[in-house]
Amino acid sequence: MEFFRYLGASTRESFTKLGRSSYFLIETLSGISSVLMRPRLLLKQMHSVGVLSFLIITISGLFVGMVLGLQGFYILSRFGAEETLGVMVAASLVRELGPVVAALLFAGRAGSALTAEIGLMKATEQLSGMEMMAIDPIKRIISPRFLAGFLSMPLLAALFSAVGIIGGQMVGSGLLGVDDGAYWSQMNANLDFQKDIINGVIKSIVFGFVTSWIALFEGYDAIPTAEGVSRATTRTVVNSAFSILGLDFILTALMFGEN
Amino acid sequence: MSSVDNALVVQRFKLVIAYVRLNRIKPAFTTSLFSNQKNRMDNFNHSQDSLVSVHNLTFSRGERKIFDDISLEFERGKITAIMGPSGTGKTTLLKIIGGQLFPEKGSVTVNGRDVHHLKRDELYTLRKRMGMLFQSGALLTDMNVFDNVAYPVREHTHLPESMVRSLVLMKLEAVGLRGARDLMPNELSGGMARRVALARAIALDPMMIMYDEPFTGQDPISMGALVLLIKSLNVTLGLTSIIVSHDVHETLAIADYIYVLSEGKVIGSGSPEEIKQSSSEWVQQFMNGAADGPVHFHYPAKEYMDDLLHSEKAFKPLFTRQRPPNDRKAKRRRYS
Repeated sequence: MEFFRYLGASTRESFTKLGRSSYFLIETLSGISSVLMRPRLLLKQMHSVGVLSFLIITISGLFVGMVLGLQGFYILSRFGAEETLGVMVAASLVRELGPVVAALLFAGRAGSALTAEIGLMKATEQLSGMEMMAIDPIKRIISPRFLAGFLSMPLLAALFSAVGIIGGQMVGSGLLGVDDGAYWSQMNANLDFQKDIINGVIKSIVFGFVTSWIALFEGYDAIPTAEGVSRATTRTVVNSAFSILGLDFILTALMFGEN
Repeated sequence: MSSVDNALVVQRFKLVIAYVRLNRIKPAFTTSLFSNQKNRMDNFNHSQDSLVSVHNLTFSRGERKIFDDISLEFERGKITAIMGPSGTGKTTLLKIIGGQLFPEKGSVTVNGRDVHHLKRDELYTLRKRMGMLFQSGALLTDMNVFDNVAYPVREHTHLPESMVRSLVLMKLEAVGLRGARDLMPNELSGGMARRVALARAIALDPMMIMYDEPFTGQDPISMGALVLLIKSLNVTLGLTSIIVSHDVHETLAIADYIYVLSEGKVIGSGSPEEIKQSSSEWVQQFMNGAADGPVHFHYPAKEYMDDLLHSEKAFKPLFTRQRPPNDRKAKRRRYS
């Protein structure tokens, strides 16, 4: 009996939270028009959300590409198909790893920072203070950050894939002796712009949207104490990871299901 | 006292000049400022009507009634203090007046308008004329002192930058922190942060200011500075001030009228003298800070000896599944 009560209460709690977050999203989206009037706010956030994530994305991309190059080479060389290493590295990066791993890193680096920042602003009454100054915190604080996250994510994912492909090439043709020309030309011939690249970009756009939404909502909804903010930050990373991986499955099924 | 006063008088004079200059730039904005000015003249006349009235307010958190059918009046141009022990919902009251929280029953009118029945735009227009000083100062941490004070001005007006500069410097001069304009909020002491926040609160020349525990956690010098500032701002700018505090000495020194709240009720009200002479035991305990009295030193418990001799449970399991009580209102509170 106790169990059912618990189940009911937590279900209701998660649905009310979903409702609050949807309402929050609508408010945030409606605040975007006012952000466009003040590009300065957006640029500042693009810097803190996007540019500061540059390093972690580049380095991780490079290593992921290098590992793909190594693993791919060992397997492909068994079948004498080393030349297709470029296709394998590029396809896995552009279709899956680029958007997904970049989004996971983004959630860890930028998402948690956003949650902590907003949560602390709430805890130190900065958001209330803005409201009392008749300034809508959603328009001035939340929407610029949301838009910045949303715009940065596809760029970061593209960067991740590009650096990863270079990493794969460094290992493949630099260390393991795959023909450089074959690496690039096979990639060029076998990757479809519409099917692979655009779909990858769509994924990263979706992930950017969801991650920014989760991070900002958790911050805004945090209990305004030190403990509350730290919990909210954890929830951001965990929920973002779940949503990214879950959505990735759904999107992949929709996009690449036919062949 | 006099130096601050002088600074404020000079500031006031300069502001009038600034308004006249403004007239050429943005007539619509100036009109509103002049109507503001007119109101302030009313304040100087010490008209007897109240700027803020709270009628039969009831507000609960969870099971607990924070306010139980209370009515308060805040006169124009006066300093009205709300006193009471921690946890009586003094800050909550300010948030209700500011329209950030909604009462269960009752109404709050500010300048003749029912705060909780305004549209969002109207509420925001009203809030531009209500300053609030938060306990923490609530300065934006990513801007320096100057930009913090300039923030509401830049957001709500389209004044040229040179005018914003003069305005901000005047406000900072009034609180004595013109020299600190380039510091970041984390470089300020608590008292300075509160003064900067005060400069920001008066940046738009509001008709009233609400002070949330302005004296808490201040050293004697900054406390003195704040007391002086609140009093002199009230006089020179003709502001209506609402102070929420439990610092008896400082509050009695500057307040014109005092309400003492406890457990959701007004248990005493009157001028500082009347409050000091109050026959209520409770008010006396509060004013004198006695450890025991109508408010007991001990939290309600069963008989001491019984408690010691009969332990209920010697061993508790190490891990128990603890679940928060299913309290919807408490949850709602967390997010409000």
